[in-house]
Amino acid sequence: MNMPDAEKLIFGRLTLEAIPYHEPILLATFAGVAIIGAVLLGLITKYKLWGYLWREWFTSIDHKKIGIMYMVFGVVMLLRGFADALMMRAQQAMAFNGNPGFLPPHHYDQIFTAHGVIMIFFVAMPLVTGLMNFIMPLQIGARDVAFPFLNNFSFWMTVAGGVLVMASLFVGEFARTGWLAYPPLAGLEASPDVGVDYYIWSLQVAGVGTTLSGINLIATIVKMRAPGMTMMKMPIFTWTSLCTNVLIVAAFPVLTAVLVLLSLDRYVGTNFFTNGMGGNPMMYVNLIWIWGHPEVYILVLPVFGVFSEVVSTFSRKRLFGYASMVYATVVITVLSYLVWLHHFFTMGSGASVNSFFGITTMIISIPTGAKMFNWLFTMYRGRIQFEVPMLWTMGFMFTFVIGGMTGVMLAIPPADFLLHNSLFLVAHFHNVIIGGVIFGLFAGINYWFPKAFGYKLDPFWGKCSFWFWLVGFWFAFMPLYILGFMGVTRRMNHFEDPSLQIWFQIAAFGAVLIALGIGSFLVQLWVSYKRREELRDVTGDPWHGRTLEWSTSSPPPAYNFAFTPIIHEADAWWDMKERNQRRRTEGYLPIHMPKNTSAGIYLAAFAFVVGFAMIWHMFLIAGLAFLGLLVTAIGHTFNYKRDFHIPADEVARTETARTEALAAHV
Amino acid sequence: MRMFMKTLRGLPVLALALLLSGCDAVLFSPAGDVARQQRDLIIISVVLMLIIIIPVIVMTFVFAWKYRESNKAAHHEYDPEWNHSTVLELLIWAAPLLIIIALGAVTWTSTHKLDPYRPLERVDNVRSVAPNTKPLVVEVVALDWKWLFFYPEQGIATVNEMAAPVDRPIEFHITASTVMNAFFVPSMAGMIYAMPGMETKLHGVMNKTGNFEGISANYSGAGFSDMRFTLHSVSDADFDAWVAKAKADGGHLARADYIKLEKPSEKEPVHYYGTVDPGLYNAILNQCVAAGQMCMSDMVKHEQHDDHGMAGMAPAGHPHE
Amino acid sequence: MSDMNATPSAALAGNQDVEFWMKEDHHPANGTLLGFWIYLMSDCLIFACLFATYGVLGRSYAGGPTGAELFDLPLVAINTTLLLLSSITYGFAVLEMQKDRRGTMMAWLVITGLFGLGFLGIELHEFSELIGQGAGPQRSAFLSSFFTLVGTHGLHVTFGIVWLVTLLFQVGRFGLTPANKRRILCLSMFWHFLDVVWIGVFTFVYLMGALP
Repeated sequence: MNMPDAEKLIFGRLTLEAIPYHEPILLATFAGVAIIGAVLLGLITKYKLWGYLWREWFTSIDHKKIGIMYMVFGVVMLLRGFADALMMRAQQAMAFNGNPGFLPPHHYDQIFTAHGVIMIFFVAMPLVTGLMNFIMPLQIGARDVAFPFLNNFSFWMTVAGGVLVMASLFVGEFARTGWLAYPPLAGLEASPDVGVDYYIWSLQVAGVGTTLSGINLIATIVKMRAPGMTMMKMPIFTWTSLCTNVLIVAAFPVLTAVLVLLSLDRYVGTNFFTNGMGGNPMMYVNLIWIWGHPEVYILVLPVFGVFSEVVSTFSRKRLFGYASMVYATVVITVLSYLVWLHHFFTMGSGASVNSFFGITTMIISIPTGAKMFNWLFTMYRGRIQFEVPMLWTMGFMFTFVIGGMTGVMLAIPPADFLLHNSLFLVAHFHNVIIGGVIFGLFAGINYWFPKAFGYKLDPFWGKCSFWFWLVGFWFAFMPLYILGFMGVTRRMNHFEDPSLQIWFQIAAFGAVLIALGIGSFLVQLWVSYKRREELRDVTGDPWHGRTLEWSTSSPPPAYNFAFTPIIHEADAWWDMKERNQRRRTEGYLPIHMPKNTSAGIYLAAFAFVVGFAMIWHMFLIAGLAFLGLLVTAIGHTFNYKRDFHIPADEVARTETARTEALAAHV
Repeated sequence: MRMFMKTLRGLPVLALALLLSGCDAVLFSPAGDVARQQRDLIIISVVLMLIIIIPVIVMTFVFAWKYRESNKAAHHEYDPEWNHSTVLELLIWAAPLLIIIALGAVTWTSTHKLDPYRPLERVDNVRSVAPNTKPLVVEVVALDWKWLFFYPEQGIATVNEMAAPVDRPIEFHITASTVMNAFFVPSMAGMIYAMPGMETKLHGVMNKTGNFEGISANYSGAGFSDMRFTLHSVSDADFDAWVAKAKADGGHLARADYIKLEKPSEKEPVHYYGTVDPGLYNAILNQCVAAGQMCMSDMVKHEQHDDHGMAGMAPAGHPHE
Repeated sequence: MSDMNATPSAALAGNQDVEFWMKEDHHPANGTLLGFWIYLMSDCLIFACLFATYGVLGRSYAGGPTGAELFDLPLVAINTTLLLLSSITYGFAVLEMQKDRRGTMMAWLVITGLFGLGFLGIELHEFSELIGQGAGPQRSAFLSSFFTLVGTHGLHVTFGIVWLVTLLFQVGRFGLTPANKRRILCLSMFWHFLDVVWIGVFTFVYLMGALP
C-alpha cells in the first residue's frame, strides 16, 4: 500500500484544506472560541475542579444534575445560534444597492442553515428536555427517572450532536440547504461537500439521545408517580411533559428513518430522493414534515405546562379548567400528526387534500384557544404578583395570540400561496417559537431557578432581560411581517429594491435589543450568584407554590424526598399546606439510589467519533469506533451493581439540617 | 408597570404604521385577479380571527391590571378555589370552534375555487372568461439559477423575461432542471413549486399593464438571490411586438444549447430564442435532453407494459394525482 | 390571607387523619418492560416509514428488473420458516426460564440463535445473488427501498443475535437472576417483534411483489 492510499484510509477526504484558515470571520471566531475554551479549561484545572465535575456532574445519573447540564448546554448553544442570527440580520440590513454585504453566499447559506438547526435541535430541545428532566420527577414525587443511566447517556448524545455541529464551523463546512435539507439540493449532485453530512450525523447522534430520553420520561410518568397521584391529579406540567414525550417517541423515529434514507442516497448511491432512477424527492418533504410538525408541539407543549404552573402560582389560585386543559393538550398531541402537509401546500396537491390539511391545522387553534382562555380565567379573581416569571407569561399571552393568528392565515391554502416561504412565514414561526417557547423557557428558568440552586434570580436584571426580549422581538419581527406582504422571500443574501432596506435595518435593531436581552440574562445569572446570600430561599417554597417540587428543600437532596409523598388532590403541595401537613422528622429509612456511571459519556464519545469519521469518509476509523461503541455497550451490561443505599443516618443528618434551617428561618 | 402601560399606548401607533405600510405592499395591491382574491382571503381571515384575538388581548391586560395584588379594591373578589364554570368552559371551546367553522368553510370553497390547477373562470371581478378563449400557454423551467420560458404557441423561448397580454388567462406548466424552486409572481398569483422530473401547473391572469417582478421563492443554492425575472404585462399589440422582437433577435435553442444553458450560472442576462427544438420542454421534463438518456415517460410505459402495474407516484407525472 | 378560611379545602385544615408522607419504603414498579415496549413501538415507526417508502417507490423500476423477475419465492419461504421457528423456540426458552431450568433454556436460546443465523445466511445469499445480477440497491428506487427495508430487518436480526450471545454469557455466568430474566423477556419481545415485521415484509414485499 502506498502513502496516499494509507492516508485516504485513515483520513478519508479530510485534508488540511478543510480548515478554513483563509476566512477571517471564521478564523477570528475560532481564535475567540479557543481563547475562551483555554481560559475555561485553565480555570477548571487551577481550581482542581476536574475530579469534582467528573464525579458529581458528568457521570451523574441524578435527574436534577442532568437537567441542569441540559440547560447549561442549551444556553451555550443559544449564544452560537444567536450569533448566527445577528450575522444574518446584519447581512440583510447591509446588502443593498450592489453592496454584497460582509458574508459571501457560500458562508451566508451555511449560517441560515446552522441557525435553524442549532436553535431547534440544540437550544430549544435541550432547554425543554432539561426542564422536564429537572422538574417532572419532583412533581410526581419520584426519586429519579425510570432509567437513570439512559438519562445520562441521552444527555451526552445530545452534546455529541452539538459538538459535531460546532466542529463543522472549524473543520469543513455546514450544510447550505436550509434547516430541513430538502433533496435534491441536499443530494450528492447538488451538495457533494461535507456540509449535509455534518447535518445528517449531528442530527442522528442527537436524535438517538432525544428518542431514548422520550422513552425514559414516559416510563417515569407512567410508572413512578407517588401513591395517590392518578392521571387527573398530575400537575399540568407533568401532563404536557407526558404528551411531549409521546410525541418525541412517535416522531423522532421518522426523522431517523428519513435521514437514513438520505444518507444511503449520499453514501451508497441509492435512489430514494434522486431526480432520476425512480427517486422521489417529494417523499422526503412529506416524511421530514411528519416529524417536523409534531416537533413544533414537542417544543411548545412543555412551555404551555410552564405557563399553567406559573399563572396559577402567581395568581394564587387553582388553575381554571384543569380537565379541559388536559383534554386540550391531548387533542393537540393527536392533531399534530394530521397537519404536516400545510408546510407544502405549494407542492401541487389537489384542492381537497390541501383544504383537508388546512382545516385540520385550524382545528388545532381551538384547543390552543381554550388553553389561552383557561390561563385568562385563572388570572380572573386572582391576586396576581408580577414576579419575573409572570411577566414572561404576560408577554407570551400577548405575543403568542398574534403568532397564532398569522399561523391560521398561513393555514388557508390560497393565502399560503402568497405567503409561503416569505419573510411573513419567518416572522410567524419566530413569533410562536420566541413568543411561545423562548418566553416560556425564561419563565420556567426564573420560576424554578431557586428550586435548583437555593436562591432566587435577581429580579431587576430579569425584568431588563424580559423587556429587551419583548420589545426586541417586536422590532425584529414586525418588519418581517411587513416585508412578507411586500413579497420578499426568505434566505436571500442581497436585495435589489432599496425601499426594503429600512425594514431590514429596523429588524437588525430589534436583533440588537434581543442581544441585550440575552446579555441581561447572563448578567442576571452572575449578579444573582454574587448576591446569593441576599436572595437565598431557605423554605424551599419561595413562591408559595402548588406542586410537589416545592415541598422539598432547595436544592433538593439527591433522593428528592426523604419520605414519598401521598397525594390527595391535584395541587398536592397546596393541599398539604392548606391542611397543615407536618413534615415527618423521624423514622428515616435507607434510600435505594442508582450509582453514577461513566459509560454514557464513553458511548457518546464513540458515537461522536463514528459521526465525524463517517462525515469525512474515514471508514476504517468509523468502523473501529462503532466496534468500540458496541463493546462498551455490551461491557456496560455486565455491570449488575448499579445501585446503592443512602444510609438512614445520612438521610437523618440531611433532613435534620433542613429542620434546623427551617426553624431558624421562622 | 409604567413601562408596561407605555408599551400599551405605543401599540396603536405601531398598528397604524403597519397598516399604512401594508397598503402599498405588493400583496395588497396586486395586478392580477387570482392574487387579488388571495389577498381578500388574507383580509377576511384576519377580520374573522380578530373577533377572538382582540377580546383575548383586552382581557389579558384588563385582568392583569384589575387583579394585580396591589389593587386592594379587587381583593374581595379573590377566590383561590374558583376553577370551574361549565358555562364559561362551553363558551371558551365554542367561540373558537364557531370561528373555525366559518374559516373552514371559507377555506374549503376558496381552496377549490383558487386551485392553481383549475382553469380560470373569470378575468376579474366583473368579467368572466369568454367561452372558447384559449389561455396563453407558458412552459417554465427553473434552471440553476435562471428562468427559462417556452411559448409553444409562438414558438419562442426566453430567459429571465416573460411577457403576457393583459386580461388573457395564462396557463403555466412548470418544472425544473436539478433542484426545487418556486415560481412566484407576487402581483399575479400565488407560488407553486418547480420540481425536476415533475410538472406543476398554475393559472393566472394580469389585469394591469406594467412590469412586474417574478422570483424564485424556494431556496435553491448559491445563485438563488439573483434568480429574478420581469413579467411584462402588455397590450395584445405590444405582446405581438415583443414576440416579433424575440423571433428577430434570438437564435435557435437546440438541445445542445440547452445543455450549455442548463449549467449553473448567476445573474444571467435576458436573452431570447426565436426558434426552439421540437419537444425540448418535454425532454427536459422527462430528463432526457442529452443523447442516449431514456425518458422517464418511456420507463413508465415500459413498466406498465411489463407488469400492468401502476406507476407508483408516477415520475414525470403530476404531484396533483 | 384571612379570607382563605372561607374556602372549602381550608375548612379541612387541621384534619390530622390524612397521611401525607409514607412511613415505609416506596418502590415504584419496575419500568423496564414498559420502556422496552415503548422503544419497540418507536422502532416499529422506523419500519413503518420504510414500508411507506417501499409502498411509494416499490413500482419505480426505472427500466430495471421488477420484483416478479427477481424474487425467489421458495427460498424466501424457507427463510420465513426459519425465522418463525426461531420465534417458537424462543418461546420454549421463556417457558423453561419460568421453570428456572437454566440448562434447557440456554439450549433453546442456542437453537434460536442458529435459526437466526440461518435466516441471515439465506438473506445474504439472496442479496449477493441480486447484486451479482446487476440488481443492486443503486439500480432503481424500487431496489433501493427493497434493500433498505429487508436490510434494516436483517440488521435488527444481527443485533438480536449479538444480544442473544451476550445474554447466554451472562446467564451462564450470573445465573437466572431477576435482572437476567428481565433481559431475556426484553429480547424475547424484540425477537417476536422482528418476526411480526418479517411477516409484513414477506407479505407486502415478496408475495405482493411477485404478483405479475
